Amino acid sequence: MTVIRSDDNLEAGIADRTEVRLAGEGGQGMILAGIILAEAATIYGGQNAVQSQSYGPEARGGASKSEVVISPGEIDHPEVLLPDVVVALSQEAFKKFGSSIKPGGLLIVDADKVDSASSPKAIRLPITKMAFETTGRIITANTVALGVLVGLTGVVTRTAIEKAIIARAPRGTEEMNHKALDAGFAAAEIVTKKLP
Amino acid sequence: MSVKLMQGNDAIGWGAIAAGCRFYAGYPITPSTEVAEILSRELPKVGGKFIQMEDEIASMAAIIGARIGGLKSMTATSGPGFSLMQENIGYAAMTEIPCVVVDVQRLGPSTGQPTAASQGDVMQARWGTHGDHPIIALSPTSVRQAFDLTVKAFDLSEKYRTPVILLADEIVGHMREPVDLPDFKTIKIFEQNVTESPATYKAFRNTEDGVPPLAPFGVGYRYHITALFHDEVGFPTQRLDEVDPWVERVNSKLEKHLDDISLFEEDIQDGARVAFLSYGASARTARHAMKVARKQGTKVDLLTLFTIWPFPEDVVEALGDRVDRIIVPEMNLGQLAYEVERMVGRKKVRRVGRANGEMVTPQMVLDAMEA
Repeated sequence: MTVIRSDDNLEAGIADRTEVRLAGEGGQGMILAGIILAEAATIYGGQNAVQSQSYGPEARGGASKSEVVISPGEIDHPEVLLPDVVVALSQEAFKKFGSSIKPGGLLIVDADKVDSASSPKAIRLPITKMAFETTGRIITANTVALGVLVGLTGVVTRTAIEKAIIARAPRGTEEMNHKALDAGFAAAEIVTKKLP
Repeated sequence: MSVKLMQGNDAIGWGAIAAGCRFYAGYPITPSTEVAEILSRELPKVGGKFIQMEDEIASMAAIIGARIGGLKSMTATSGPGFSLMQENIGYAAMTEIPCVVVDVQRLGPSTGQPTAASQGDVMQARWGTHGDHPIIALSPTSVRQAFDLTVKAFDLSEKYRTPVILLADEIVGHMREPVDLPDFKTIKIFEQNVTESPATYKAFRNTEDGVPPLAPFGVGYRYHITALFHDEVGFPTQRLDEVDPWVERVNSKLEKHLDDISLFEEDIQDGARVAFLSYGASARTARHAMKVARKQGTKVDLLTLFTIWPFPEDVVEALGDRVDRIIVPEMNLGQLAYEVERMVGRKKVRRVGRANGEMVTPQMVLDAMEA
């Protein structure tokens, strides 16, 4: 039906893809965090993205992951091959999805949930605790995590992630989500200053 | 419209609405449930009906009944439900009643893993119901294509009076991508046009193009519907002079229109000695691998099939004449590769199959060039 003869544009979707993996317990909102990141990249960022997810048959609990591949161009293989960035909010999720990462990649874990012995190279931040201290709700941990992730990587702009979060926030929770996101960015800034 | 981040299953639901589907009957099952969710919300808004049935056998029966009552109809399911639907899919094929069956494939056999990906229903889509019969199966590779091929499924189903299987997979069903859907008003699909008067109308007439027009029940046309072998007005028959023309007509009606039904994309590099051939989510893996191979200086052809059944025999045969090796990545142990082997011989084909719920990786495809 369609025949294409091409040799061009071989880089598109191969060399320029950024692969992000967000992992946690079912219910921590990491799949939603992936959706928001993908919306920030596409609707509010003008890039291309594919978001996918993997979870067990349980409605709650169990380790779940959300993956976002971001690229300025075409994305072929839709899943993460070797992540540039992994965020893990639970020990089980870390064990299941945090073991492989690109050389020079970034691993961010919740310091209170993932033991230090198993993740010596990780950037360790008490993400869930920060969420509780900032908003009084641990359910905002996924928003804090997005702030940390975007603050450290710049994979999307701060404006794009803000817009994407606010668009998704249930009415009345906009300010709470803003605070959680700001807390994440503030933590990322401190980490960046400490990095060599 | 505007760009939205949309899930494949949502796009299937919107595709059905855009195509004019106004009846859905189904039983929810992972990973297809979002199709039912969106249609339960959206169909009533456009005057359609949504019914949650007691099981998949009844769901299939309901959509066949709805279509003969005059509404375009659809159901959605996954492997275990697809197995239950097979008997009535045969009924739709035998009685030539259009309908669309979405199968968002998950890992099987049996209950398998509800949230794990698979392309294990390829052969079931073709031969799941008993007896020789025509069937169309379309397989989308992206969210946008999930929309487009759902529309196409309704079009082909109406045009050729056959059930059409939208053979999606968990990857495409659950992934989210930015899409900008077309204005639904611009979407045209084939509509039945009965020009005969009720006095002379025969619902199963042996027409030249193999597809007699279908009049709905309840508007004055009288005919009989049975899944027994039947004559031109639908009454049971064992007369060979009636059975043989029926067998001939029904089993050749798709072959006569292959140009219209066969959807595929070929990306050709002159002088390539190796080709990747795939479909569904795995086609994206193949395309990724193609880019890597070409970047490394190896010439590669890529054939992506959107219509799996009827299998595009001529296209694959021609590819086999051009290249020495065809690599077929798929999330099963070689179901479509089996058809490719039938066309070009086993020696030319390398199966890259995976049936553990995970996608084939581009590296596995590249490795098969050496093996």
